[in-house]
Amino acid sequence: MSVDTATVAKIAALARIKVSEAELEAMVPELNGILAWVEQLGEVDVTGVEPMTAVIENHLRLRDDVVDADPLTGGGRRDAVLANAPAAEHGFFGVPKVIE
Amino acid sequence: MTDLTNLGVAAIRDGVAAGSFTAVEVAEAFNANVAAAQEALNAFIVTTPEAAITAAKAVDADRAAGKPLGKMAGVPIGMKDLFATQGVQTTAASHILEGFKPQYESTVSAKLWQAGAGMLGKLNLDQFAMGSSNETSYFGNVISPWRRNDGGNVALAPGGSSGGSSAAVAARLCPAATGTDTGGSIRQPAAFTGITGIKPTYGRCSRWGIVAFASSLDQAGPMARDVTDCAIMLEAMAGFDPKDSTSLDLPVPEWSANLSGDLRGKKVGIPREYRVDGLDADVAKSWDDGIAWLKDAGAEVIDISLPHTKYALPAYYIIAPAEASSNLARYDGVRYGLRDLPDGSGLQDMYAATRAAGFGAEVKRRIMIGTYVLSAGFYDAYYTQAQKVRTLIARDFVRAFELCDVILAPTTPTASFGLGEMVSDPLAMYLNDVFAVPASLAGLPAMSVPAGLNAQGLPLGLQIVGKPFDEQGVLNAGLAIEARAAFTARAERWW
Repeated sequence: MSVDTATVAKIAALARIKVSEAELEAMVPELNGILAWVEQLGEVDVTGVEPMTAVIENHLRLRDDVVDADPLTGGGRRDAVLANAPAAEHGFFGVPKVIE
Repeated sequence: MTDLTNLGVAAIRDGVAAGSFTAVEVAEAFNANVAAAQEALNAFIVTTPEAAITAAKAVDADRAAGKPLGKMAGVPIGMKDLFATQGVQTTAASHILEGFKPQYESTVSAKLWQAGAGMLGKLNLDQFAMGSSNETSYFGNVISPWRRNDGGNVALAPGGSSGGSSAAVAARLCPAATGTDTGGSIRQPAAFTGITGIKPTYGRCSRWGIVAFASSLDQAGPMARDVTDCAIMLEAMAGFDPKDSTSLDLPVPEWSANLSGDLRGKKVGIPREYRVDGLDADVAKSWDDGIAWLKDAGAEVIDISLPHTKYALPAYYIIAPAEASSNLARYDGVRYGLRDLPDGSGLQDMYAATRAAGFGAEVKRRIMIGTYVLSAGFYDAYYTQAQKVRTLIARDFVRAFELCDVILAPTTPTASFGLGEMVSDPLAMYLNDVFAVPASLAGLPAMSVPAGLNAQGLPLGLQIVGKPFDEQGVLNAGLAIEARAAFTARAERWW
């Protein structure tokens, strides 16, 4: 499979990356080169093979259902959460207007 | 007095404990080396000399008070700028995180400070750990302290993504540094700079507070000058962390106390698929040397097969970008980092403009690949297929380890290359990690130890891959090689 300019523009839109026309043109052959190379995976017989989900056997843990069980991740840290925000106002993240 | 910057982790720790010198003297010596090399090597993004002194003073005070000292007491280290450090800028070498000061400390760095280590600074790397030459950093290339023996002064790559770490340890700017390895990012730079580095079993070191690249592959590990120093530092870094859902709930073995280069009764597998056509002659010779050294240490060497080796790299370049495209969705100009808000633009425009301005070319390339292979209609053909191939690659190792205890292979297909020689061809750059990626896909412990110099006078590394949880077996084989390689070469100081 190969991609054309329109497809690359669509991928960029999905990835939320603004790309100029010139960048698009440059990306098409680059991405096609990489995609053509990964195509070789298609020759591997994977009949009956499950896709990998966990590389080292582990089990998913549940923590106790307790408020603030770990104070570091438990909440009540609004100012720390907002400290690096480009625009924090009134205790919230500030964003451009999204509804008229 | 001896130059304290020639000492490694164990020698510094033991010397401080014995009172041969103070931790502050050590920190001052390394701070001076860091400052003197910064302009020429660009190994650090920010330096933190005061933090190193503060930690050293605390160790000296503890010693004077007769308190017990930690595993890393008095050892100043470099911290890869992928670990969140409270109050100290953490960028992942990206513009989008420029100025970001974490409000918390990563688990691994916190454990190192707890063990008595101090921070010399935040080390440069490939942007978001995506690269093999440290040429994708927003903060400029790291220059390897090594030069070819042809009398020229071509700037060479320190490897990547942990290129600041490898350059700093090789140039004696720090006795050890943290690295992270997603597809070779500890082992390849270690090999390029004549130092030692180990990626432990996936889950040994907590990922909490490490800027995420590909979560099913990312794993932290130490980079230092020898195997013993790596073992000590890994003990300080590893351990169960409930804040990382993939953390291994296992005790941390005393690897350094149990080191032994006696390999009698051990079997070493040599994977025939790694002996590729056109393998660099010097690399092939170093591999043969390694085989002879391990035989000399008492091991039995056997031929093994890892039949899916050639598919590891293409599988990696689907899986890692897929995970990256998802992980890097968080950089949106809202919660932290850069915001680019063109006049009159709305939320979606802000996302797109912010990410366009904040990510470098290689990061964008991988996000785009990842977005494509996860998109509707292509998911099964690319992503599911790659994860099935990953299962087969892991199975190859399971079968091989029914026959042998560790696997020996070169770390990289070539020695270091000149900066700029590979950047125009992403695929050629990716091929640098051809020998490193399979162990990453299988989550296995793997390390690189220096084996010797090539005809150009540049270091070559040998890689040892072990069974899950068997860091000890990997370290022991590494020790056996280290004792016989007698690698003492170092970059002659030109900076």
